[in-house]
Amino acid sequence: MTRTRDTTTARAPRTGRLRPSAGRQHHAGPLTYVLLGLAALVSLFPLYWNLVAASHTGERVVEAPAPLLPGPRLLDNLSFAWNQVDMGEALVNTTIVAGLVTLSTVLFSTLAGFAFAKLPFKGRGALLALVVATMTIPPQLSVIPLYQIITDLGWVDRLQAVVLPSLVAAFGVFFMRQFLIEALPTELVEAARIDGAHSLRIIWHVVFPVARPAMAVLGMLVFVQAWNDFFWPFIALTPDGNPTLQVALAGLGAGNHTVNQAVVLTGALISTVPLLLVFAVLGKHVVGGITAGAVKT
Amino acid sequence: MLYRLDLKAVPYVFVAPFFLTFAAFGLFPLIYTGWLSLHRVELGGSAQWKGADNYSSLASSDFFWNALANTFTIGVISTVPQLLMALGLAHLLNYKLRGRGFFRVAVLAPYATSIAAATLVFAQLFNTDYGLINTVLGRAGFDPVAWESSKWPAQIAISTIVTWRWTGYNALIYLAAMQAVPQDLYEAAALDGASRWRQFLSVTIPSIRPTILFTIVVSTIGATQLFGEPMLFGGSVGISGGSGNQFQTLSLLMYEKGWVTGALGQASAIAWVMLLLLLLVGGLRKVVSRLNRNRNRNLARRTRTTAGS
Repeated sequence: MTRTRDTTTARAPRTGRLRPSAGRQHHAGPLTYVLLGLAALVSLFPLYWNLVAASHTGERVVEAPAPLLPGPRLLDNLSFAWNQVDMGEALVNTTIVAGLVTLSTVLFSTLAGFAFAKLPFKGRGALLALVVATMTIPPQLSVIPLYQIITDLGWVDRLQAVVLPSLVAAFGVFFMRQFLIEALPTELVEAARIDGAHSLRIIWHVVFPVARPAMAVLGMLVFVQAWNDFFWPFIALTPDGNPTLQVALAGLGAGNHTVNQAVVLTGALISTVPLLLVFAVLGKHVVGGITAGAVKT
Repeated sequence: MLYRLDLKAVPYVFVAPFFLTFAAFGLFPLIYTGWLSLHRVELGGSAQWKGADNYSSLASSDFFWNALANTFTIGVISTVPQLLMALGLAHLLNYKLRGRGFFRVAVLAPYATSIAAATLVFAQLFNTDYGLINTVLGRAGFDPVAWESSKWPAQIAISTIVTWRWTGYNALIYLAAMQAVPQDLYEAAALDGASRWRQFLSVTIPSIRPTILFTIVVSTIGATQLFGEPMLFGGSVGISGGSGNQFQTLSLLMYEKGWVTGALGQASAIAWVMLLLLLLVGGLRKVVSRLNRNRNRNLARRTRTTAGS
């Protein structure tokens, strides 16, 4: 994962598309359907049960045997979570953070990826190796000093504390570089140069149009990750201050509010449903994007 | 003139945002954490040079070895079955299927669920008194399992959450790799009379070996940093990894040292130990892929010789 030479990593954007009908495929037998049905059930059941639990009273959720069918309390729980626990504010914060992080990561990754793929400059190889090497550094290595910094700046519970460190990601730079090195013909860039186009024009009229599909995939991967990010936001924001959804959920889970389990799980539902809706609508593209993004965790 | 400047400077301008962000939020903190790990520092207090004291006190701390062991065992329990199941799932998804789109999106749905949401749901399903899992086990005639308070059940439950979130994702990565395997390899194997299962073992697996290695490394990195799942699974005693530290991981111990105890030097030493572990994993991977390459080369040479003779 640290080295560029990894064949998988290097090839990922190319093998990304799942061809619908490779010739060797055998038709699935009944056993395959049974096993896949089981896998789908195991994957979806916890999400379904989350909905079930969010639609009962707190007492009912912690009573054996646990409920298996939806109850009548979903709207009450939603309004309680929204008004008393302020999941609404958390939802807005998460949307702002994930939106800004996605926009900035996609933009800066595309620019850097383009430079690494198509512009000759001194130190390019070494710098690219450095980009890739940074991917192994775990966030644990930086949180202590970062926490001191944001404390000094008075940024605890400010959204910029979680947005700024994520403005651009090594994975994104590498991903865009891998895509552009193949997708963007060097002659196109050179031809534009000869026509006297300056770099911003080239970015706008040559690079962006070619990079658009990869930018969309990257945007989706980054958005999911930013939406669900936990470790640093949990340190930089507090559940009772100005939390993102994940931080608010951590507060609920640790029992910060004396709310019942139905409300806790309603909070979980609020944090999950937006992404699940995106997945349901964009289904096929998401699947293609995940496999194209295999470079990433 | 301006044009030449444009050509020369622009690449650096384009890569600058990454390196500036990394310098400020990655490199500087990394070095500073190293410096802290050699000092005695408390939140808001001044620093005192301690040399390797923080590291040697880690080495003699039962909490540290417990956390290291837990990180390792949870890592194994959450990674090995996960990747094996992902392989099997990818194999199944590679058949010509009705409803392929549904199956793919369904197994990917857990990936869209956050650590926090998934863990809160599973904590209820695993609840000892009223959780669905114990209810089902009870119907099957088993005694209720103390999923949170006993060590191994707790580690299995936490690993289940990790496995649930990542199996489908890894399966799709394997699937993409499987579909890139050249078809003639299968035809040749079929001509030699290899069964489906045999083909899976001797054609599919070797062909996607780099991808498998890649997912092993990525999951190992993730397992080393495990934090949110054990913390939220433990509820109010999550940061200590359960009342007897039975599922405290290195990340949790680091957080406890830094933010609960306020011993930043020790917390920093733990962070650096984690980095060293990851470097070790990276080194191992390099060795393994070199061995692989050699083996493939030997294999190719042998095949060529056989073909020639």
